[in-house]
Order: sequence, then C-alpha cells, then structure tokens
Amino acid sequence: MLTCTQVTKDYAGVRALCDVTLDVAPGERVALLGHNGAGKSTLMKIVLGLIPATSGRVTVAGAGPGSRTAREAAAYLPENAAFHPALTGREQIALYLRLRGEAAAKAGALLERVGLGAAADRRIGTYSKGMRQRVGLAQALIGRPRLMVLDEPTSGLDPVSRREFYAILDELARAGAAILLSSHALTEVEARTDRIAILSKGRLVANDTLGALRREAGLPIQIEVAARPGTVGEVAERLSGTRVNGVRVALHCGPDDKLARLGQIAGLGGLIEDVEVMPPSLEDLYTHFSRRAGE
Amino acid sequence: MSRVIAGAGAEMRIAMRNRWVAIAVAMMALFALVLSAAGSAPTGRVGADALSVTVASLTSLAVYLVPLLALLMSFDAVAGEVERGTLPLILTYPVSRAEILAGKFLAHLAVLALALAVGYGVAAAAAFAAGPGAAAGLAALARLGATSLALGAVFLGVGYALSALARRPGAAAGLVIGLWLVLVVLYDLGLLAAVVADGGGGFTTQVFPWLLLANPADAFRLYNLAASGAAGVAAGIGGAAQTIPPAWALGSLLAWVAGGFALAILAFRRVTP
Ligand SMILES: Nc1ncnc2c1ncn2[C@@H]1O[C@H](COP(=O)(O)OP(=O)(O)O)[C@@H](O)[C@H]1O
Ligand SMILES: [Mg+2]
Repeated sequence: MLTCTQVTKDYAGVRALCDVTLDVAPGERVALLGHNGAGKSTLMKIVLGLIPATSGRVTVAGAGPGSRTAREAAAYLPENAAFHPALTGREQIALYLRLRGEAAAKAGALLERVGLGAAADRRIGTYSKGMRQRVGLAQALIGRPRLMVLDEPTSGLDPVSRREFYAILDELARAGAAILLSSHALTEVEARTDRIAILSKGRLVANDTLGALRREAGLPIQIEVAARPGTVGEVAERLSGTRVNGVRVALHCGPDDKLARLGQIAGLGGLIEDVEVMPPSLEDLYTHFSRRAGE
Repeated sequence: MSRVIAGAGAEMRIAMRNRWVAIAVAMMALFALVLSAAGSAPTGRVGADALSVTVASLTSLAVYLVPLLALLMSFDAVAGEVERGTLPLILTYPVSRAEILAGKFLAHLAVLALALAVGYGVAAAAAFAAGPGAAAGLAALARLGATSLALGAVFLGVGYALSALARRPGAAAGLVIGLWLVLVVLYDLGLLAAVVADGGGGFTTQVFPWLLLANPADAFRLYNLAASGAAGVAAGIGGAAQTIPPAWALGSLLAWVAGGFALAILAFRRVTP
C-alpha cells in the first residue's frame, strides 16, 4: 500500500532523511520510532505529498504522493491536530466528510466513536488538546482509508483513551488498512504494532518485527528471582546473581542461555518463591540500534 | 463543485461567528445612511432624480469602502490557516487548492453581497422617501450593485494572493492595508498631480486614460459615472470618463476579477505546509 524507496530529503543545508526505504502492506501496523528531529514527520509529509522528496521514490496505492488516487486512499493525523476554533466538532467533521464525498450526517457517529459525542456541538476553541486529538482521529477514520499516516497520534491522550485508540487501530488493520504511526512512547507501541522501524538522524537503522530485532540485537535478558524468606543470600550465591533487596535476586544472561539459567533456578526448588523473565525492552532495543548507527 | 460549496458553508459560519457579517453590513448601512442624510440637502443639480444623485455619491463611497471590506475579509484566508496549523491536513484531502480558495471566495462574496444589498437598499429607500421620480435611478443602482460586487471580488482575490505571499496574518494585514492605500488613495492623487503638472499635454490625453483603466477602482468609478451620465458631478476624472467607453471600463473590472483570483491560486500553490 505504501512504498518508500531510497527517500532523501534536504532542507536548506540540513539532511533530514537519508536513503530511507520502507514499505507498509495492507493490514500491517508499522511503528516509526525516533528522537525528536529524527525525521519522522518529514517522512510522513513526503508520503502525503505535502513536501517533495529531494530524491527517491514514493508510491501510495500505486500512485504518486499527493496525486488524486493517493489522497483518496490515505488519511492523515498531523502531529498537533489543529482546527478552526469557531467551528463545532460536528461542523468540522461534516466539512471533512463532504470533502471526501460522504454524507455530512455521518459526523455524529464518527464523533461518538472517538468519545466526543457529548461535545459535538461545542466550538473546538473550547476543546482540550486531547479532545482536538480525537477530532483529528475522527477525521482520519472517514471513508475507510486504505493507508493511515498518524503522526504521534496518542500524544495528549490519557491512558484509557490510548487503549481505545489502539483498539480502533486494530479494527482498521483487521479490515485491511495499512497503518504507519510515529511515537515517542515506546512501551505502548510494543504490543500494538506488527513491525518497528527506527529512524536515527534521518537514517533507518532498524526495520523488523520486535522478535527479530531482539534476536538481532542479542541483548541480555534479565531474570528476577524472588527468594523465600531468609534464603536470599543462599539463592544469590548459588545462582551467582546480584542481591537487589531482602528478597530479590537479579540475573542477566544471553538469549541462548535462557533455558539453561531457568533450569538452574528450577533446581533450587523450595528456595524460590517466584521468577520473572524480562526480555530487553523496546527502550533497550531503541538505544541499541540508535547507538550502533551512530558509531 | 460540492466540495467548493462545502468549503463555502464552513467559511460562511466562520464569517458569521467572527462577526464579519455583522461588521460588513453595519458599516455599509451606516455609511449609506450618512450619505442619504447629506444628499437630501439641495444639490443644485437640475433634472436629476434623488436616486441618481444617491447613486453618484454611493459610487464615490463604494470605491473606498468595498475594497477595504474585501481586503479585511481576505487577508487571513491563507496566512490564518498557516498560523493555526490547519493547512497541512486540508491539503491531504482530495480537494485542489483552487477549490479551497473558491470555497472561501464564494462565502466572502456572499457576505459582501449581503452588506451591499442592505447598504444600497437603505440608500434607495431614503431616496424614494425623499420624493417621486426616484425609479428613474433604479437602473443605475442595479449597475452600481453588480459592479460593486465585482470590485469586491477583485480585492478578495488580490487579498488571498497577498495572504498566501505573506504567510503570517500580521504581515498579510500590513500588506493589504498598504495595497488599499496605494491602489485606492495614492494612485489617484499621483495621477492628479501628474495631470496638473502636464497641463493638458500628451500625458493627459494619451497615457492618463489608460492608467485609469488599469486600476480596478478607477475602472469601477469610470464605468458607473459614464454609464449613468453623471460624469459631470465627479470632480477630477470627469474629463477622462468621457473619452473612455464604459464597456472598456467594465471589461477592465471583469478582467481584474479573473486576474485577481488567478493570482491568488498562483500564490497559494507556492505555499508549502
Ligand atoms: N521546514 C523545515 N525547514 C528546515 N528544517 C526542517 C524543517 N522541518 C524539519 N526540519 C528539520 O528536519 C529534521 C527532521 O525533523 P522532523 O521530521 O520534524 O523530525 P521528527 O518528526 O522526527 O521530530 C530536524 O532536524 C528538523 O530541524
Ligand atoms: Mg515530528
């Protein structure tokens, strides 16, 4: 649905994107991660045809970015969604519906879906940032888009709203929409996306499933063992781990030693209260890939 | 077309809520009332009915007021969207930049039309109340109304173009006020000074009429004064009004309507969100 091939973008003297190649297939959810200024918004604007790439090729639904076909296929949620403060939520969504050739009367249902039913007839000037973000999401849902480009869509949303937001995304992806979303909040995209792409200073330094990235990075796994009362010293010694506090012992091991380590722990039998295995977090992976690219 | 109408509908709501409708209507009505009150004093013109006299003075009013209203309504059109950050999203919709501008244009034109209808209606009512025979001036009033709207359309288009070039509402406001001063006020003063200095030479007879035609505000004035045969009451440009056929003046005004809007589209196309 979306292909970017060797996309490079220079702003007067600044290289914002360098040789980025990235595809998103129908039904796939791809998270685009990166520091501030990594080039996430720039890539999205190029995909939408808002700004031209300096070089490289982009297709959306088989057509050039910004073409009629591409614009009809794609929906966009900008980084800080803004609307005219004098219009009500319903009027604003009605306008967007009509611009996509849909009936204005659908505005009410869309606003309900993003939880703005009660505020639909208030002016957007009175909305909070989170509410404006929901208006932005509502307009992105218009007319079953085949590609959704969402720039930091959950910024300004509270945790419950984020859950609802990802539930809506899951539904869209199941219906076949290709979804590209950028985010700062790594923990929340961890479980909610099919693939992770990491941009660092304009370069794509990683682009794979979370599992594959973990294997590739080979980062140590952390195991935390909770000992029975009074046995923490013995447990720490026999597992050669580190005492964290009066009951907990922390161990580190490579991905390949995981089963052997767990076997040792099981061998202690009655000394152990509980075990927790923590794979490298997305933060760890993100740091790993960003740093590796910098060298 | 339905997309243009959708845009116009939203723009119309915004104009009402920003009180632009109320301001435009109140301004036109107020000035028309003041003119009617002043015009009811004996004018010394023999043979003219009350409405024709009113139309002549409304013409001199409209030449200042209509461009000003149009520019005040239009300067925010593109710059305001850039500043609010609403432009990138709308540009990802399957709607062309020309269609976006056309929606704003329709709405602003409707506001102007309403203000003109109220203002000129008030003036006409006063003329009819002043005495019989006012019906003789109705044709002139209709011409004035239609060309006032065209004059407004010119300055709406030019205002959008400046709004797109400036990209910031503050700068756009400065540009449109400057343009108004130059085209509507200083241009005529400059021409007048040149004509006086020329003393009836080649400039006055050969160049001056074309320079008048080239300015949409002057073309508007020329057309209305010449068409209503009231050239005599207009000081300053009366002589030239007789040498230029009214149809040319009208042609210039209409060409400016198209040219102004084309400029707006060109300038808007150059804005990168
Ligand atoms: N209009 C612009 N002109 C010049 N430089 C820009 C412009 N927009 C973005 N940049 C630069 O391009 C880089 C990438 O920015 P951006 O895509 O906004 O990053 P992100 O969205 O990942 O935070 C940054 O260094 C930023 O300063
Ligand atoms: Mg960004």
